[in-house]
Amino acid sequence: MIEFHQVSKTYRVSGQDIPALLPTDLRIEAGQIFGLIGHSGAGKSTLLRLINRLEEPSGGRIVVNGVDVTALDGTGLRGFRRQVGMIFQHFNLLSSKTVADNVALPLRLAGGQPSSAIDRRVAELLERVDLSAHARKYPAQLSGGQKQRVGIARALATGPKILLCDEATSALDPQTTGQVLQLLAEINRELGLTIVLITHEMDVIRRVCDQVAVMEAGRVVEQGAVADVFLHPQHPTTQRFVLEYEQLDQNELQEALARASGRVLRLTFRGESTYQPLLGSVARATGVDYSILSGRIDRIKDMPYGQLTLSLAGGDLEAAMERLRAAGVHVEVLRQ
Amino acid sequence: MNTLFANVVWYEIWLATLDTLLMLGGSLLFTVLLGLPLGVLLFLTGPRQLFEHRPLYALLSFVVNMLRSLPFIILLIVMIPFTVLITGTSLGVAGAIPPLVAGAAPFFARLVETALREVDRGIIEATQAMGATTRQIIFSALLPEARPGIIAAVTVTAITLVSYTAMAGVVGAGGLGDLAIRFGYQRFQTDVMVVTVVLLLVLVQILQGIGDRLVTHFSRK
Repeated sequence: MIEFHQVSKTYRVSGQDIPALLPTDLRIEAGQIFGLIGHSGAGKSTLLRLINRLEEPSGGRIVVNGVDVTALDGTGLRGFRRQVGMIFQHFNLLSSKTVADNVALPLRLAGGQPSSAIDRRVAELLERVDLSAHARKYPAQLSGGQKQRVGIARALATGPKILLCDEATSALDPQTTGQVLQLLAEINRELGLTIVLITHEMDVIRRVCDQVAVMEAGRVVEQGAVADVFLHPQHPTTQRFVLEYEQLDQNELQEALARASGRVLRLTFRGESTYQPLLGSVARATGVDYSILSGRIDRIKDMPYGQLTLSLAGGDLEAAMERLRAAGVHVEVLRQ
Repeated sequence: MNTLFANVVWYEIWLATLDTLLMLGGSLLFTVLLGLPLGVLLFLTGPRQLFEHRPLYALLSFVVNMLRSLPFIILLIVMIPFTVLITGTSLGVAGAIPPLVAGAAPFFARLVETALREVDRGIIEATQAMGATTRQIIFSALLPEARPGIIAAVTVTAITLVSYTAMAGVVGAGGLGDLAIRFGYQRFQTDVMVVTVVLLLVLVQILQGIGDRLVTHFSRK
């Protein structure tokens, strides 16, 4: 478990204090994939680096699994860092070392292991990330996705309990992003690793995260389970991120609303109800006519969801809404 | 052959070449031994680096700049008392090495500093995140990553030293430069001049060739 107690960070740039993170409380449960989303400069990268103290906090306390990280001395901090893996946007692999030597580096730095044990561990890690055939290659000979998998193998080498991901998929194409996210979800499941990842893409959050915190100008503006935050964003910044993901802008939505007649609702289905033939049966029972203005059926991590914007006319509108709610559908009235 | 190079005593040329190689080897060795740590220190204490230390960086920087701005020929003469102090003589190969090192080490240190700055900061950050000590960061990440740059720096320094050794001939250091001045210039023996210049040229070519090959070998990009 990672806890932030009133943690803040201020940079001093040419005599001026620039706040990067305002005093923040945060709790990341063990075993979760926790996503931090924000635009560049929102403070998410600073927050991530405070966890393993690549950035020194200006105030507050960070407690990881009961240990006050902020109070650790040099030796203690180095020991702690070995229990925290980290992967990076630009991979940060050593170009002068082979894939196998890159993965072995954290083990060699930690010391106390015979090289035969290190070799075995490296082979096992490369097996996990499916790169055994590339052990003798240099990073420059690999594709972006392969480099990030080397990064993941390297981060896992010392058997950490926490993995920090700094924009780990931002430099990758969509297909490779999918593979890397899948690998992260897999190690989270199989090794019980807590993963903290930062991104500026809602899609990354939707695909793998359990919890999400949205950051804006050095503070966390919204936080909660991904399904709640994603389907019912409260803060304007969160709403923008969701709209960005849906490739829909506010103007298009307004235009659709202007053209439609009658009452406009947004329905959100979660889980199994996504697949129920609910809409048709409610329409028949209440005599309501509906037309779909926009909609999407997708998944949040493993949970299917659907979100439809409808205009309704005729029949018994109140009864229709009542029936939808009774079936577990979240009903939001966009226009009376 | 004998009429074309009438004044050339090949045995003398051989001895002079040997002297030049000895001066070059000896001074290059000490230049690297002194300049590499100095370069690493310059890098580490520099702005926004691991051990940022403004006063120390300013001091090192000043000393390096001072030695580099001094024309080598002046340095040769100014250094004579100091050279006698450590080698017992200001003449010959032994007498030439201290001023050569004093002239080349600051230059080499700057090149090393630049090569280290070329290393991606992300590499340092990744190594820090692994729980590495500063010593480990330097020896396991920084120096291996900067290796091609450092080899290139050694090559440039070696070639600079070749021209310095020729100048050292002026104060009685021996070597090809000495031969060129005493016979080629002062006695108008153009053939000696031509032979020494060609030999120096060949030496520079060989050094550059070896350096380039090593840089290519160690570059994995």
